[in-house]
Amino acid sequence: MRDFLTPPIAALQDFIILAGRAVRNVFRPPHYADDIFLQMDIIGVGSLSIVILTGFFSGLVITMQMSRALAQYGATGQVGQIVAITLVRELGPVLTAILVAGRNASGIASELGSMKVTEQIDAMRALGTDPIQKLVTPRMIAMCVTLPMLTIVSDFVGIFGGFVIARLSLGLTASQYWTSAYQALEYNDIVQGLLKPFVFAFVISLVGCFYGLRTTGGTQGVGRATTQAVVVASVWVFVLTALLTRIFVNLN
Amino acid sequence: MTAAEPKIDTESLLLFDNVGLHFDDVTALEGISFEMRAGETRVILGAAGSGKTTLLKAALGLIRPDSGRILLFGRQINDLKEKELFAIRSRVGVLFQEGGLFDSITVGENVAYPLLNRNTDAISMDHVGTKVVDALRFVELEQTVDKFPSELSGGMRRRVGIARAVITEPPLVLYDSPTAGLDPITANTIMALIAKERDSQNAANLIVTQRYQDGQLMANFRYNRTNGHLEPVSGNGGGNGNESNPTHTIFMVMKEGRLVFEGTQMELEASTDSYISKFVPKHY
Ligand SMILES: Nc1ncnc2c1ncn2[C@@H]1O[C@H](COP(=O)(O)OP(=O)(O)OP(=O)(O)O)[C@@H](O)[C@H]1O
Ligand SMILES: [Mg+2]
Repeated sequence: MRDFLTPPIAALQDFIILAGRAVRNVFRPPHYADDIFLQMDIIGVGSLSIVILTGFFSGLVITMQMSRALAQYGATGQVGQIVAITLVRELGPVLTAILVAGRNASGIASELGSMKVTEQIDAMRALGTDPIQKLVTPRMIAMCVTLPMLTIVSDFVGIFGGFVIARLSLGLTASQYWTSAYQALEYNDIVQGLLKPFVFAFVISLVGCFYGLRTTGGTQGVGRATTQAVVVASVWVFVLTALLTRIFVNLN
Repeated sequence: MTAAEPKIDTESLLLFDNVGLHFDDVTALEGISFEMRAGETRVILGAAGSGKTTLLKAALGLIRPDSGRILLFGRQINDLKEKELFAIRSRVGVLFQEGGLFDSITVGENVAYPLLNRNTDAISMDHVGTKVVDALRFVELEQTVDKFPSELSGGMRRRVGIARAVITEPPLVLYDSPTAGLDPITANTIMALIAKERDSQNAANLIVTQRYQDGQLMANFRYNRTNGHLEPVSGNGGGNGNESNPTHTIFMVMKEGRLVFEGTQMELEASTDSYISKFVPKHY
Protein backbone atom coordinates (compact mmCIF):
# COMPACT_ATOMS: atom_id res chain seq x y z
CA MET A 1 0.00 0.00 0.00
CA ARG A 2 2.77 2.40 0.92
CA ASP A 3 4.77 1.54 -2.21
CA PHE A 4 1.67 2.11 -4.26
CA LEU A 5 1.04 5.57 -2.83
CA THR A 6 4.60 6.90 -2.69
CA PRO A 7 5.08 7.90 -6.38
CA PRO A 8 1.90 10.02 -6.70
CA ILE A 9 2.54 11.73 -3.37
CA ALA A 10 6.16 12.44 -4.30
CA ALA A 11 4.97 13.79 -7.66
CA LEU A 12 2.41 16.05 -5.98
CA GLN A 13 5.11 17.32 -3.65
CA ASP A 14 7.42 18.07 -6.62
CA PHE A 15 4.55 19.80 -8.36
CA ILE A 16 3.89 22.04 -5.37
CA ILE A 17 7.59 22.92 -5.16
CA LEU A 18 7.61 23.82 -8.87
CA ALA A 19 4.44 25.90 -8.46
CA GLY A 20 5.92 27.70 -5.46
CA ARG A 21 9.11 28.57 -7.34
CA ALA A 22 7.22 29.68 -10.43
CA VAL A 23 5.02 32.01 -8.39
CA ARG A 24 7.94 33.34 -6.36
CA ASN A 25 9.79 34.22 -9.58
CA VAL A 26 6.93 36.53 -10.60
CA PHE A 27 8.21 38.96 -7.99
CA ARG A 28 11.92 38.52 -8.65
CA PRO A 29 14.18 39.72 -11.43
CA PRO A 30 15.13 38.87 -14.11
CA HIS A 31 11.79 39.14 -15.91
CA TYR A 32 11.63 37.72 -19.40
CA ALA A 33 8.99 40.02 -20.92
CA ASP A 34 9.69 38.84 -24.47
CA ASP A 35 8.92 35.28 -23.50
CA ILE A 36 5.68 36.32 -21.78
CA PHE A 37 4.43 38.13 -24.90
CA LEU A 38 5.49 35.30 -27.17
CA GLN A 39 3.57 32.82 -25.02
CA MET A 40 0.51 35.10 -24.87
CA ASP A 41 0.55 35.11 -28.64
CA ILE A 42 0.87 31.33 -28.84
CA ILE A 43 -1.80 30.63 -26.23
CA GLY A 44 -4.18 33.57 -26.75
CA VAL A 45 -4.11 34.40 -30.43
CA GLY A 46 -3.40 30.81 -31.37
CA SER A 47 -6.44 29.45 -29.51
CA LEU A 48 -8.84 32.25 -30.44
CA SER A 49 -10.43 30.71 -33.54
CA ILE A 50 -11.08 27.30 -31.98
CA VAL A 51 -12.46 28.96 -28.81
CA ILE A 52 -14.85 31.12 -30.87
CA LEU A 53 -16.00 28.16 -32.91
CA THR A 54 -16.68 25.91 -29.92
CA GLY A 55 -18.21 28.75 -27.90
CA PHE A 56 -20.65 29.59 -30.67
CA PHE A 57 -21.80 26.02 -31.20
CA SER A 58 -22.16 25.26 -27.50
CA GLY A 59 -24.41 28.34 -27.16
CA LEU A 60 -26.38 27.16 -30.16
CA VAL A 61 -26.84 23.66 -28.80
CA ILE A 62 -27.75 24.67 -25.24
CA THR A 63 -30.41 27.02 -26.57
CA MET A 64 -31.95 24.35 -28.76
CA GLN A 65 -32.03 21.86 -25.88
CA MET A 66 -33.30 24.35 -23.32
CA SER A 67 -35.99 25.80 -25.54
CA ARG A 68 -37.65 22.39 -25.76
CA ALA A 69 -37.73 22.03 -22.00
CA LEU A 70 -38.86 25.64 -21.48
CA ALA A 71 -41.62 25.28 -24.08
CA GLN A 72 -43.38 22.82 -21.76
CA TYR A 73 -43.85 25.64 -19.25
CA GLY A 74 -44.45 28.27 -21.92
CA ALA A 75 -41.29 30.02 -20.75
CA THR A 76 -39.18 30.14 -23.93
CA GLY A 77 -38.89 33.89 -23.35
CA GLN A 78 -36.53 33.13 -20.47
CA VAL A 79 -34.05 31.18 -22.61
CA GLY A 80 -31.50 34.02 -22.59
CA GLN A 81 -31.29 33.79 -18.81
CA ILE A 82 -30.55 30.08 -18.78
CA VAL A 83 -28.01 30.27 -21.57
CA ALA A 84 -26.17 33.16 -19.92
CA ILE A 85 -25.97 31.48 -16.52
CA THR A 86 -24.84 28.07 -17.81
CA LEU A 87 -22.22 29.58 -20.04
CA VAL A 88 -20.76 32.18 -17.72
CA ARG A 89 -20.74 30.02 -14.61
CA GLU A 90 -19.72 26.68 -15.97
CA LEU A 91 -19.53 25.80 -19.62
CA GLY A 92 -17.57 28.80 -20.85
CA PRO A 93 -14.71 28.37 -18.34
CA VAL A 94 -14.64 24.57 -18.55
CA LEU A 95 -14.90 24.22 -22.33
CA THR A 96 -12.26 26.88 -22.90
CA ALA A 97 -9.97 25.32 -20.31
CA ILE A 98 -10.33 21.86 -21.83
CA LEU A 99 -9.58 23.21 -25.29
CA VAL A 100 -6.55 25.12 -24.07
CA ALA A 101 -5.39 22.12 -22.03
CA GLY A 102 -5.54 19.98 -25.16
CA ARG A 103 -3.82 22.57 -27.27
CA ASN A 104 -1.32 24.20 -24.93
CA ALA A 105 -0.63 21.85 -22.00
CA SER A 106 0.50 19.41 -24.68
CA GLY A 107 2.45 22.09 -26.54
CA ILE A 108 4.22 23.21 -23.38
CA ALA A 109 4.99 19.65 -22.26
CA SER A 110 6.39 18.61 -25.63
CA GLU A 111 8.47 21.77 -26.02
CA LEU A 112 9.98 21.57 -22.54
CA GLY A 113 10.25 17.79 -22.85
CA SER A 114 12.32 18.04 -26.03
CA MET A 115 14.49 20.64 -24.34
CA LYS A 116 14.96 18.27 -21.43
CA VAL A 117 15.99 15.24 -23.49
CA THR A 118 18.38 17.26 -25.68
CA GLU A 119 19.99 18.60 -22.48
CA GLN A 120 18.99 22.19 -23.24
CA ILE A 121 17.62 22.50 -19.71
CA ASP A 122 20.95 21.29 -18.30
CA ALA A 123 22.80 23.68 -20.61
CA MET A 124 20.62 26.53 -19.40
CA ARG A 125 21.46 25.77 -15.79
CA ALA A 126 25.14 25.29 -16.63
CA LEU A 127 25.17 28.71 -18.29
CA GLY A 128 23.56 30.50 -15.37
CA THR A 129 19.89 30.72 -16.34
CA ASP A 130 17.17 29.42 -14.05
CA PRO A 131 14.87 27.30 -16.29
CA ILE A 132 11.90 27.95 -14.01
CA GLN A 133 12.39 31.69 -14.34
CA LYS A 134 13.02 31.54 -18.08
CA LEU A 135 10.52 28.86 -19.11
CA VAL A 136 7.89 28.16 -16.46
CA THR A 137 7.05 31.59 -15.05
CA PRO A 138 6.48 33.28 -18.45
CA ARG A 139 4.15 30.45 -19.52
CA MET A 140 2.26 30.65 -16.25
CA ILE A 141 1.83 34.43 -16.46
CA ALA A 142 0.82 34.30 -20.11
CA MET A 143 -1.75 31.59 -19.42
CA CYS A 144 -3.20 33.43 -16.39
CA VAL A 145 -3.73 36.54 -18.50
CA THR A 146 -5.02 34.92 -21.68
CA LEU A 147 -7.26 32.13 -20.40
CA PRO A 148 -9.72 34.49 -18.61
CA MET A 149 -9.78 36.66 -21.73
CA LEU A 150 -10.46 33.67 -23.95
CA THR A 151 -13.21 32.62 -21.55
CA ILE A 152 -14.88 36.04 -21.81
CA VAL A 153 -14.78 35.75 -25.59
CA SER A 154 -16.18 32.22 -25.44
CA ASP A 155 -19.01 33.30 -23.06
CA PHE A 156 -19.98 36.18 -25.28
CA VAL A 157 -19.88 34.20 -28.52
CA GLY A 158 -21.90 31.43 -26.84
CA ILE A 159 -24.59 33.83 -25.71
CA PHE A 160 -24.63 35.22 -29.23
CA GLY A 161 -25.03 31.67 -30.57
CA GLY A 162 -28.03 31.33 -28.28
CA PHE A 163 -29.40 34.57 -29.69
CA VAL A 164 -29.23 33.22 -33.24
CA ILE A 165 -31.50 30.29 -32.26
CA ALA A 166 -33.78 32.46 -30.10
CA ARG A 167 -34.25 34.87 -32.98
CA LEU A 168 -34.58 32.41 -35.83
CA SER A 169 -36.42 29.47 -34.35
CA LEU A 170 -38.07 30.85 -31.18
CA GLY A 171 -38.96 34.22 -32.69
CA LEU A 172 -37.74 36.29 -29.69
CA THR A 173 -36.79 39.92 -30.25
CA ALA A 174 -33.23 41.04 -29.70
CA SER A 175 -34.17 43.10 -26.68
CA GLN A 176 -36.17 40.26 -25.08
CA TYR A 177 -33.22 37.89 -25.35
CA TRP A 178 -30.42 40.23 -24.35
CA THR A 179 -32.31 41.82 -21.45
CA SER A 180 -33.12 38.45 -19.99
CA ALA A 181 -29.52 37.29 -20.48
CA TYR A 182 -28.08 40.46 -18.99
CA GLN A 183 -30.39 40.61 -15.99
CA ALA A 184 -29.78 36.97 -15.10
CA LEU A 185 -26.12 37.57 -14.37
CA GLU A 186 -25.22 38.54 -10.84
CA TYR A 187 -21.96 39.74 -9.40
CA ASN A 188 -21.33 36.26 -8.01
CA ASP A 189 -21.65 34.69 -11.47
CA ILE A 190 -19.11 37.06 -12.97
CA VAL A 191 -16.68 36.41 -10.11
CA GLN A 192 -16.83 32.66 -10.45
CA GLY A 193 -16.80 32.95 -14.23
CA LEU A 194 -13.46 34.76 -14.02
CA LEU A 195 -11.95 33.05 -10.99
CA LYS A 196 -12.34 29.62 -12.54
CA PRO A 197 -10.32 30.31 -15.69
CA PHE A 198 -7.66 31.96 -13.57
CA VAL A 199 -7.30 28.85 -11.40
CA PHE A 200 -7.43 26.58 -14.47
CA ALA A 201 -4.71 28.68 -16.09
CA PHE A 202 -2.36 27.99 -13.18
CA VAL A 203 -3.02 24.30 -13.27
CA ILE A 204 -2.84 23.86 -17.06
CA SER A 205 0.40 25.80 -17.50
CA LEU A 206 2.11 24.27 -14.48
CA VAL A 207 1.03 20.72 -15.29
CA GLY A 208 2.38 21.19 -18.83
CA CYS A 209 5.69 22.51 -17.51
CA PHE A 210 5.88 19.88 -14.79
CA TYR A 211 5.56 16.91 -17.13
CA GLY A 212 7.82 18.58 -19.68
CA LEU A 213 10.62 19.15 -17.17
CA ARG A 214 10.30 15.60 -15.79
CA THR A 215 10.70 13.97 -19.19
CA THR A 216 13.19 11.13 -19.39
CA GLY A 217 13.81 8.49 -22.02
CA GLY A 218 14.41 10.32 -25.27
CA THR A 219 11.80 11.15 -27.88
CA GLN A 220 9.49 8.40 -26.66
CA GLY A 221 9.53 10.07 -23.29
CA VAL A 222 8.41 13.35 -24.87
CA GLY A 223 5.33 11.66 -26.30
CA ARG A 224 4.53 10.13 -22.94
CA ALA A 225 4.98 13.44 -21.12
CA THR A 226 2.69 15.19 -23.60
CA THR A 227 -0.13 12.67 -23.17
CA GLN A 228 0.20 12.70 -19.41
CA ALA A 229 0.09 16.48 -19.30
CA VAL A 230 -3.15 16.67 -21.29
CA VAL A 231 -4.86 13.94 -19.33
CA VAL A 232 -3.83 15.23 -15.92
CA ALA A 233 -4.60 18.87 -16.77
CA SER A 234 -8.07 17.95 -18.10
CA VAL A 235 -8.92 15.84 -15.07
CA TRP A 236 -7.85 18.66 -12.77
CA VAL A 237 -10.05 21.11 -14.65
CA PHE A 238 -13.10 18.96 -13.94
CA VAL A 239 -12.17 18.28 -10.31
CA LEU A 240 -11.49 21.95 -9.65
CA THR A 241 -14.65 23.19 -11.32
CA ALA A 242 -16.67 20.82 -9.12
CA LEU A 243 -14.86 22.13 -6.04
CA LEU A 244 -15.21 25.78 -6.97
CA THR A 245 -18.85 25.40 -7.97
CA ARG A 246 -19.53 23.77 -4.64
CA ILE A 247 -17.97 26.72 -2.82
CA PHE A 248 -19.87 29.32 -4.83
CA VAL A 249 -23.20 27.51 -4.58
CA ASN A 250 -22.79 27.49 -0.82
CA LEU A 251 -22.00 31.21 -0.81
CA ASN A 252 -25.40 32.05 -2.26
CA MET B 1 44.18 -0.18 -9.26
CA THR B 2 42.16 2.10 -6.96
CA ALA B 3 41.60 5.85 -6.93
CA ALA B 4 44.35 8.04 -5.54
CA GLU B 5 43.98 9.37 -2.01
CA PRO B 6 42.28 12.77 -2.46
CA LYS B 7 43.91 15.81 -0.97
CA ILE B 8 42.99 19.48 -1.14
CA ASP B 9 45.24 22.25 -2.34
CA THR B 10 44.93 25.45 -4.34
CA GLU B 11 45.69 23.76 -7.63
CA SER B 12 42.75 21.42 -7.24
CA LEU B 13 40.06 22.04 -9.86
CA LEU B 14 37.70 19.19 -9.17
CA LEU B 15 37.57 16.72 -6.35
CA PHE B 16 35.21 13.81 -5.80
CA ASP B 17 35.33 12.29 -2.35
CA ASN B 18 33.49 8.98 -2.03
CA VAL B 19 30.53 10.18 -4.08
CA GLY B 20 27.42 8.04 -4.37
CA LEU B 21 24.33 8.82 -6.43
CA HIS B 22 21.10 6.89 -7.09
CA PHE B 23 18.16 7.29 -9.44
CA ASP B 24 15.23 5.54 -7.78
CA ASP B 25 16.57 1.97 -7.73
CA VAL B 26 19.50 2.47 -10.14
CA THR B 27 22.92 3.07 -8.64
CA ALA B 28 24.48 5.59 -11.03
CA LEU B 29 27.64 6.40 -9.03
CA GLU B 30 29.19 4.57 -6.11
CA GLY B 31 32.30 5.36 -4.07
CA ILE B 32 33.79 7.70 -6.69
CA SER B 33 36.96 9.45 -5.51
CA PHE B 34 39.48 11.32 -7.63
CA GLU B 35 41.15 14.68 -7.80
CA MET B 36 41.79 16.69 -10.91
CA ARG B 37 44.43 19.42 -10.96
CA ALA B 38 45.18 22.35 -13.21
CA GLY B 39 47.01 21.37 -16.39
CA GLU B 40 45.68 17.83 -16.41
CA THR B 41 43.68 16.10 -19.11
CA ARG B 42 41.41 13.34 -17.87
CA VAL B 43 39.84 10.80 -20.16
CA ILE B 44 36.96 8.77 -18.77
CA LEU B 45 36.21 5.53 -20.57
CA GLY B 46 33.26 3.32 -19.78
CA ALA B 47 30.46 1.26 -21.27
CA ALA B 48 27.02 2.74 -21.97
CA GLY B 49 25.18 3.36 -18.72
CA SER B 50 28.33 3.18 -16.59
CA GLY B 51 27.62 6.65 -15.14
CA LYS B 52 29.92 8.90 -17.17
CA THR B 53 27.29 11.55 -17.95
CA THR B 54 26.03 11.40 -14.40
CA LEU B 55 29.56 12.05 -13.13
CA LEU B 56 29.95 15.13 -15.34
CA LYS B 57 26.58 16.52 -14.33
CA ALA B 58 27.34 15.92 -10.67
CA ALA B 59 30.64 17.80 -11.12
CA LEU B 60 28.63 20.85 -12.24
CA GLY B 61 26.06 20.51 -9.48
CA LEU B 62 23.32 19.74 -12.02
CA ILE B 63 22.57 16.53 -10.13
CA ARG B 64 23.12 16.31 -6.39
CA PRO B 65 24.87 13.27 -4.93
CA ASP B 66 23.29 11.26 -2.12
CA SER B 67 26.57 10.83 -0.30
CA GLY B 68 30.15 12.09 -0.37
CA ARG B 69 31.56 15.51 -1.26
CA ILE B 70 32.25 17.29 -4.53
CA LEU B 71 34.61 20.27 -4.60
CA LEU B 72 34.79 22.51 -7.66
CA PHE B 73 37.65 25.04 -7.61
CA GLY B 74 38.08 24.16 -3.95
CA ARG B 75 34.48 24.97 -2.99
CA GLN B 76 32.16 22.29 -1.78
CA ILE B 77 29.17 22.43 -4.10
CA ASN B 78 26.91 19.74 -2.63
CA ASP B 79 24.86 22.07 -0.47
CA LEU B 80 25.10 25.29 -2.45
CA LYS B 81 21.93 26.93 -3.70
CA GLU B 82 21.39 27.09 -7.46
CA LYS B 83 22.00 30.86 -7.47
CA GLU B 84 25.35 30.41 -5.71
CA LEU B 85 26.34 27.69 -8.14
CA PHE B 86 25.89 30.00 -11.14
CA ALA B 87 29.07 31.94 -10.34
CA ILE B 88 31.16 28.78 -9.96
CA ARG B 89 29.70 27.12 -13.06
CA SER B 90 30.54 30.17 -15.16
CA ARG B 91 34.20 29.13 -14.83
CA VAL B 92 33.52 25.73 -16.36
CA GLY B 93 32.89 25.10 -20.05
CA VAL B 94 30.72 22.15 -20.96
CA LEU B 95 29.78 20.24 -24.10
CA PHE B 96 26.75 18.04 -23.52
CA GLN B 97 26.33 14.60 -25.03
CA GLU B 98 23.00 15.54 -26.62
CA GLY B 99 24.38 18.92 -27.67
CA GLY B 100 22.24 21.15 -25.51
CA LEU B 101 22.21 23.90 -28.14
CA PHE B 102 19.17 26.14 -27.74
CA ASP B 103 17.14 25.49 -30.88
CA SER B 104 14.99 28.60 -30.61
CA ILE B 105 17.95 30.94 -31.18
CA THR B 106 20.62 31.18 -33.86
CA VAL B 107 24.07 29.62 -33.77
CA GLY B 108 25.60 33.06 -33.12
CA GLU B 109 23.23 33.73 -30.22
CA ASN B 110 23.97 30.29 -28.82
CA VAL B 111 27.70 30.95 -28.84
CA ALA B 112 27.22 34.43 -27.36
CA TYR B 113 24.96 33.12 -24.59
CA PRO B 114 27.68 32.36 -21.99
CA LEU B 115 29.24 35.79 -22.51
CA LEU B 116 25.97 37.69 -22.24
CA ASN B 117 24.71 35.66 -19.32
CA ARG B 118 27.69 36.30 -17.06
CA ASN B 119 26.51 38.98 -14.69
CA THR B 120 30.07 39.80 -13.64
CA ASP B 121 31.37 42.27 -16.18
CA ALA B 122 29.40 44.42 -18.57
CA ILE B 123 30.80 43.96 -22.06
CA SER B 124 30.06 45.86 -25.25
CA MET B 125 28.02 44.22 -27.99
CA ASP B 126 30.86 44.86 -30.47
CA HIS B 127 33.20 42.89 -28.28
CA VAL B 128 30.70 40.04 -28.01
CA GLY B 129 30.28 40.02 -31.79
CA THR B 130 34.03 39.76 -32.33
CA LYS B 131 34.40 37.01 -29.77
CA VAL B 132 31.55 35.01 -31.31
CA VAL B 133 33.08 35.23 -34.79
CA ASP B 134 36.48 34.26 -33.35
CA ALA B 135 35.01 31.28 -31.51
CA LEU B 136 33.12 30.12 -34.60
CA ARG B 137 36.20 30.61 -36.79
CA PHE B 138 38.11 28.43 -34.34
CA VAL B 139 35.72 25.57 -35.11
CA GLU B 140 35.64 26.61 -38.80
CA LEU B 141 31.97 27.48 -38.85
CA GLU B 142 31.91 31.29 -39.03
CA GLN B 143 29.54 31.17 -42.02
CA THR B 144 26.79 29.54 -39.90
CA VAL B 145 26.40 32.44 -37.45
CA ASP B 146 22.84 33.29 -38.57
CA LYS B 147 21.64 29.71 -39.03
CA PHE B 148 19.58 27.77 -36.55
CA PRO B 149 21.06 24.66 -34.90
CA SER B 150 18.43 22.48 -36.61
CA GLU B 151 19.92 23.46 -40.00
CA LEU B 152 23.33 21.97 -39.12
CA SER B 153 24.67 18.43 -39.33
CA GLY B 154 25.45 16.46 -36.18
CA GLY B 155 29.18 17.09 -36.47
CA MET B 156 28.63 20.82 -37.05
CA ARG B 157 26.35 21.04 -34.01
CA ARG B 158 29.06 19.36 -31.93
CA ARG B 159 31.54 22.00 -33.14
CA VAL B 160 29.15 24.83 -32.31
CA GLY B 161 28.79 23.24 -28.87
CA ILE B 162 32.57 23.37 -28.47
CA ALA B 163 32.63 27.03 -29.52
CA ARG B 164 29.98 27.81 -26.91
CA ALA B 165 31.80 25.80 -24.24
CA VAL B 166 35.11 27.60 -24.66
CA ILE B 167 34.11 31.16 -25.59
CA THR B 168 34.62 32.40 -22.03
CA GLU B 169 38.07 30.74 -21.91
CA PRO B 170 37.24 28.69 -18.83
CA PRO B 171 40.08 27.02 -16.90
CA LEU B 172 38.16 23.72 -16.87
CA VAL B 173 36.24 22.24 -19.80
CA LEU B 174 34.05 19.14 -19.63
CA TYR B 175 33.31 17.21 -22.83
CA ASP B 176 30.60 14.55 -22.76
CA SER B 177 31.11 12.02 -25.56
CA PRO B 178 32.29 14.55 -28.16
CA THR B 179 32.72 11.91 -30.87
CA ALA B 180 29.69 9.71 -30.19
CA GLY B 181 27.71 8.92 -33.32
CA LEU B 182 30.19 10.54 -35.70
CA ASP B 183 32.14 9.04 -38.58
CA PRO B 184 35.89 8.48 -37.92
CA ILE B 185 36.97 11.49 -40.00
CA THR B 186 34.64 13.95 -38.28
CA ALA B 187 35.48 12.38 -34.93
CA ASN B 188 39.16 13.07 -35.57
CA THR B 189 38.45 16.67 -36.56
CA ILE B 190 36.53 17.17 -33.32
CA MET B 191 39.29 15.66 -31.17
CA ALA B 192 41.91 17.76 -32.96
CA LEU B 193 39.85 20.87 -32.12
CA ILE B 194 39.64 19.85 -28.49
CA ALA B 195 43.40 19.28 -28.28
CA LYS B 196 44.01 22.59 -30.03
CA GLU B 197 41.73 24.39 -27.60
CA ARG B 198 43.41 22.72 -24.62
CA ASP B 199 46.89 23.74 -25.69
CA SER B 200 46.07 27.27 -26.79
CA GLN B 201 44.25 28.11 -23.52
CA ASN B 202 46.16 25.81 -21.15
CA ALA B 203 42.79 24.62 -19.91
CA ALA B 204 42.24 21.40 -18.01
CA ASN B 205 39.97 18.97 -19.84
CA LEU B 206 37.72 16.21 -18.58
CA ILE B 207 36.68 14.12 -21.57
CA VAL B 208 34.13 11.33 -21.49
CA THR B 209 34.33 8.96 -24.43
CA GLN B 210 33.75 5.40 -25.53
CA ARG B 211 36.58 5.59 -28.09
CA TYR B 212 40.08 4.80 -26.89
CA GLN B 213 41.57 6.68 -29.90
CA ASP B 214 40.15 9.94 -28.50
CA GLY B 215 42.14 9.54 -25.30
CA GLN B 216 45.15 8.37 -27.26
CA LEU B 217 45.10 11.58 -29.29
CA MET B 218 44.79 13.75 -26.19
CA ALA B 219 47.67 11.92 -24.49
CA ASN B 220 50.11 11.88 -27.38
CA PHE B 221 49.50 14.99 -29.42
CA ARG B 222 50.03 18.61 -28.71
CA TYR B 223 49.02 21.67 -30.67
CA ASN B 224 51.97 23.72 -31.87
CA ARG B 225 51.01 27.36 -31.59
CA THR B 226 53.76 28.57 -33.91
CA ASN B 227 53.01 26.39 -36.94
CA GLY B 228 49.35 25.65 -36.15
CA HIS B 229 49.67 21.86 -36.40
CA LEU B 230 49.01 18.98 -34.07
CA GLU B 231 52.31 17.25 -33.40
CA PRO B 232 53.16 14.01 -31.62
CA VAL B 233 54.78 14.78 -28.29
CA SER B 234 58.33 13.62 -27.70
CA GLY B 235 59.36 11.34 -24.88
CA ASN B 236 56.29 9.15 -25.21
CA GLY B 237 56.63 5.55 -24.22
CA GLY B 238 59.81 5.77 -22.18
CA GLY B 239 61.51 7.58 -19.30
CA ASN B 240 59.85 8.28 -15.95
CA GLY B 241 57.45 10.70 -14.25
CA ASN B 242 56.37 13.61 -16.42
CA GLU B 243 58.77 12.66 -19.16
CA SER B 244 56.58 9.73 -20.11
CA ASN B 245 53.39 11.76 -19.90
CA PRO B 246 54.07 15.30 -21.13
CA THR B 247 50.40 16.08 -21.72
CA HIS B 248 49.54 15.09 -18.13
CA THR B 249 46.81 12.82 -19.42
CA ILE B 250 45.21 10.47 -16.95
CA PHE B 251 42.79 7.75 -17.94
CA MET B 252 39.90 6.63 -15.79
CA VAL B 253 37.64 3.67 -16.48
CA MET B 254 34.11 3.39 -15.12
CA LYS B 255 32.09 0.23 -14.72
CA GLU B 256 28.53 0.18 -13.37
CA GLY B 257 28.94 3.42 -11.46
CA ARG B 258 32.35 2.62 -10.03
CA LEU B 259 35.79 3.86 -10.90
CA VAL B 260 37.76 0.71 -11.70
CA PHE B 261 40.92 2.26 -13.10
CA GLU B 262 42.89 5.48 -12.78
CA GLY B 263 46.33 5.88 -14.29
CA THR B 264 48.47 6.76 -17.30
CA GLN B 265 48.12 5.39 -20.79
CA MET B 266 51.00 2.97 -20.19
CA GLU B 267 49.36 1.62 -17.07
CA LEU B 268 46.05 1.31 -18.91
CA GLU B 269 47.62 -0.64 -21.75
CA ALA B 270 49.38 -2.88 -19.26
CA SER B 271 46.15 -3.73 -17.44
CA THR B 272 45.13 -7.37 -17.59
CA ASP B 273 41.60 -6.80 -16.25
CA SER B 274 39.17 -8.16 -18.84
CA TYR B 275 36.78 -5.17 -18.67
CA ILE B 276 39.51 -2.54 -18.77
CA SER B 277 41.51 -4.15 -21.55
CA LYS B 278 38.40 -4.25 -23.76
CA PHE B 279 38.75 -0.47 -24.17
CA VAL B 280 42.31 -0.81 -25.45
CA PRO B 281 42.59 -2.12 -29.00
CA LYS B 282 45.12 -4.94 -29.13
CA HIS B 283 47.38 -3.47 -31.82
CA TYR B 284 48.34 -0.50 -29.67
N1 LIG C 1 17.44 11.00 -15.10
C1 LIG C 1 17.62 9.70 -14.86
N2 LIG C 1 16.66 8.98 -14.25
C2 LIG C 1 16.83 7.68 -13.98
N3 LIG C 1 17.93 6.98 -14.26
C3 LIG C 1 18.93 7.63 -14.88
C4 LIG C 1 18.82 9.02 -15.21
N4 LIG C 1 19.98 9.40 -15.82
C5 LIG C 1 20.75 8.30 -15.86
N5 LIG C 1 20.13 7.24 -15.31
C6 LIG C 1 20.70 5.89 -15.16
O1 LIG C 1 21.97 6.02 -14.55
C7 LIG C 1 22.91 5.13 -15.16
C8 LIG C 1 24.10 5.91 -15.67
O2 LIG C 1 23.69 6.74 -16.74
P1 LIG C 1 24.66 7.72 -17.52
O3 LIG C 1 23.81 8.56 -18.41
O4 LIG C 1 25.53 8.44 -16.56
O5 LIG C 1 25.51 6.69 -18.39
P2 LIG C 1 26.67 6.99 -19.43
O6 LIG C 1 27.90 6.35 -18.93
O7 LIG C 1 26.74 8.44 -19.74
O8 LIG C 1 26.15 6.19 -20.71
P3 LIG C 1 26.31 6.56 -22.27
O9 LIG C 1 27.69 6.16 -22.67
O10 LIG C 1 25.27 5.72 -22.93
O11 LIG C 1 26.05 8.02 -22.41
C9 LIG C 1 22.15 4.40 -16.25
O12 LIG C 1 21.78 3.14 -15.72
C10 LIG C 1 20.94 5.22 -16.50
O13 LIG C 1 19.86 4.42 -16.87
MG1 LIG D 1 26.33 9.60 -21.33
